[in-house]
Parts: sequence; structure tokens; C-alpha cells
Amino acid sequence: MQVVVRNLRIAFPSPQGPTEAVRGVSFALGQEKLGIVGESGSGKSLTARSILRLLPRQAQVSAETIEFDGIDVLKANETRMRAIRGKRAGLIMQDPKFSLNPVMTAGQQIAEAWHAHRGGSRKEAKDAAVELLAQVQIRDPKRVADMYPHELSGGMGQRAMIAMMLAPDPELLIADEPTSALDATVQAEILRLIEDLVSRRGMGLILISHDLPLVSHFCDRVLVMYAGRVVEEARAGELARAKHPYTRGLLDCLPSLVQPKPRLAVMRRDPAWLGT
Amino acid sequence: MIEVNELRVRFGAIEAVKGVSFRVPQGASFGLVGESGSGKSTVLRALSGLNRDWSGDIVIAEKGQGPVRDKDFFRRVQMVFQDPYGSLHPRQTVDRALSEPLLVHGIGDVDARVRRALAEVALPAMLRFRYPHQLSGGQRQRVAIARALMAEPEVLLLDEPTSALDVSVQAEVLNLLSDLQRARNLTYIMVSHNLAVVAHLCSEIGVMQGGEMVELLSADDLRAGRISHPHTKALRALSIELEEPEMAKSA
Repeated sequence: MQVVVRNLRIAFPSPQGPTEAVRGVSFALGQEKLGIVGESGSGKSLTARSILRLLPRQAQVSAETIEFDGIDVLKANETRMRAIRGKRAGLIMQDPKFSLNPVMTAGQQIAEAWHAHRGGSRKEAKDAAVELLAQVQIRDPKRVADMYPHELSGGMGQRAMIAMMLAPDPELLIADEPTSALDATVQAEILRLIEDLVSRRGMGLILISHDLPLVSHFCDRVLVMYAGRVVEEARAGELARAKHPYTRGLLDCLPSLVQPKPRLAVMRRDPAWLGT
Repeated sequence: MIEVNELRVRFGAIEAVKGVSFRVPQGASFGLVGESGSGKSTVLRALSGLNRDWSGDIVIAEKGQGPVRDKDFFRRVQMVFQDPYGSLHPRQTVDRALSEPLLVHGIGDVDARVRRALAEVALPAMLRFRYPHQLSGGQRQRVAIARALMAEPEVLLLDEPTSALDVSVQAEVLNLLSDLQRARNLTYIMVSHNLAVVAHLCSEIGVMQGGEMVELLSADDLRAGRISHPHTKALRALSIELEEPEMAKSA
């Protein structure tokens, strides 16, 4: 599986003419863990979603190439896309509270995902759901399978979401701020779980977040986005030597437990970062 | 001076806060950290008067408080919530949000005070007649802080005030909170799960787990690792691991 994106542009209509939210992003991804970091509005989610063609209706997309394992995403018809979405590439979203169906049990939802992509009997799907819940390290999977989303904690809900994405055995996992709604301990557990599953199953991972240290901890490579463009690309281990002032700013404005700072550095945005 | 003694909060059969005690001198900052479900926000809600069902002693604004608070309490103690999208009325302008506390408490000179409040939290005066949806997340949180300060309180209760914000905006809001504290001699109690944020703003920190205060320590002790409880150790180790990925990877 190989994802190639070249010169991606996404614009939205506005009374003043189209506004570009993504302005010429290129990257390639194989069986690796790629992080995309940026602030709200930097275009990171749009960039990742364009691979699944899951963009708002009014978005105007253009690109030289958007390819998923040789399939031209720009030209593929809906049937072709449906064979990618969910089946070959899974999307984990931020808040399990809003992305799970509130009137179905966790087990039913996972079984539905299994059944839709793999077929088989209802009994098989149900057993598979319990097995998947066990794989995402839920201690009592039989009991949790019969629980409704409101009965699950944030961490358990996110585990159920991941179990659902794993059901069709995807090759690529896109995680869009998967842990922003969770506290620090659960956040680390969920990311370790994702990391472990991705390496064990040989999947590709795109991890989207605004937390630069967190992403560099769990990814091999990081793209830093600012105002719709990639301003810096770095190996995760070399981030401390990042050159772009925006990347440096993101690192410097964080409070630190190890090194107390009397005052936090504030980002001074240079219009030149917007590029042309 | 804020004093909390043997505070207990119960929701049905579950005891969410099991006898928590701490004191915060005037003008100081106290941080409450812990995982979700540890009871840290519940403590804050009992202090603020939002939850009336508690037992124990709470001394705040110079007197022992019961479940129902008087008007004077709400002038002297104010709260800032986590989500600036949810805590501002979507159909009220910034001007209305900021003048309301003045009208409630019968404080005059509304126009000048609103103008001063906007300047104090570094918001341009032209935002005064905008609606929340026309502001960015950071601007909204500044409005929420300005609103909390309108009635000139002595105590601010901060419930995860920066966890919904981008890191660059978080830095601005944390700087603003330190400046305001110095200028007005405010007392802060801040709840957060981010150890680095709490240690930045608060000199004394309480660590909660399962409804109990398992450790009280200074920010310096936390930074230096002079810790006695295993839960505090675990939280610190995790925070440092994420902060210094390269150090952790090579170690």
C-alpha cells in the first residue's frame, strides 16, 4: 500500500471568491507512521481526509495526484471509493461520544462493520466483535460488547472505535486527533495501543494532532503545516533541531515540567510564512 | 484564604470525593491534578456552589460556606470553564456578556468598565459588539476570563482553562492569567490533567486519585521529583516521557 499526494489544493467558495485552505501539499506514505501537526485551521484534517475523498460538499479539490495503492482517488467512482473507505483505510475521529451510534451497543456497531466488509453469519460477526474488543485491550470484552456508548468512559469508547476500524483489516489508519478528548494517562494508553496495532499488522498510520511532542513520540516522520502548506518535514527524532521558526515556536510556547519558564514564549507570526 | 476540610461529595451510591482537605493563602495559586474521574472537577464545583450536595467545611471569601451561597459570594468568587464554545451565550454579544455581571451586582459605570475589561485581556475594542461565533477559540476564552473579572472577584476557579486551545494560544492565555494575578492579587484554584501547565501557574499542587487527595506538594518538588506517592510518580514520568521524546527514546 502506497499513498501519494502531489500538489493538493482545497478551496472553499466565499463571497470574496474562493479561499484556499490547503495550498499545494505533497507527501508520500508507505508502511510507516506519519504525523501531521498544525493549529486549528492549518488544513491538516482536510489533507488527510482528501485521501478518502471525505470532504465537505462545497470543497473544490485539485491535485496533480491523489493515489491510494495505485487507485486514482480523484477519478474513482463512488463504488470504488467505498471499497477503500472503511475497508482498506479506517478513520478514527476525535470524540467517541459523537462518532458512535448512541442507540446501538458497542458490540452491535463493531459486528455491523465486520459484517459489512466481510460478510458471514450474525453469530460470526458477534464473536468477531468480542474478539476485536479483546484485541484493543478491553478487559471484559463480553460485558463491554453489550454496553451502550453512554455507559463507556472516554478511553473505552475510543477503544471501541478503534476495534470497529480494525474489523475489515485495513492497510491504512487515519487518526484525526484521536486523544484530544482524553486525559494524559488514557491518551498515552490509546496512542500506545494504536502504535502497537499498526506495527503488528503492518499498517500505515497518519496521526493528526496539534500536539507536536506527542506526535513526534509516536511517529516516524512529521509534517508541520501552517496556513495550508507544509512548512517543515522532519524525522521525529530530529525535531529538536527543527529549523522553521513556526516549528520552533510550537515547541517553545509549551510549558515544561523539567525546565521552569518564568514566562511562556508567544508566537510571533511572520507574514512570510504564508508563502506565495 | 481558602480552607477546605474533609470535603465529601456523593453521587447516589458513589462517593466521588472522599474527605479532601487543603488550604490556599490569599494571592496564591493551587493546582488540582488527576485523571478523569479522580474527583478534581467535583471539588471545584463544590467550591463554586454549582454542586450543593456535599459535606465537610469550606471557608472561602472570609467565611464558612453552606450549600447555598449569597450574592456577595458570587461577586467574590468566579469560575472559568474549559470550553469557551459552550460557556458563552451564542446569541449574546461580547458587550452583553461582559455587562451582565455589572447589572447583576449593581455596579455602575458599565461602558467604561467593559472597555477597560477588553483592554485588560488584550482584546481589540472592535470585538465588543461581536457574537461568540465571530471570535476564535482563544478570543472566546479571553472573553470568558474578562467576564469572570467584571465584578472584581478575589478568587478565580479555573477548570481546565486551556485544554481546548492550540498550544500557541495556550501560552498567551497562561501569560494573561499570570499577569492578571500579579496585577489584582487574585487567588487561583486550577484543575488540569496537564502537569506542565499546572506546575507553570501554580506553586502548590494537590494530586487526586479515586476521590482522595493522595499527595500535596510544591511545584518545585514535583519538578525535582521529590515525590512520595506512586501515583504522582507515574503522572510525572508520563509527562516527562511525552515532553522529551528523544531523551526517553535514547534512555
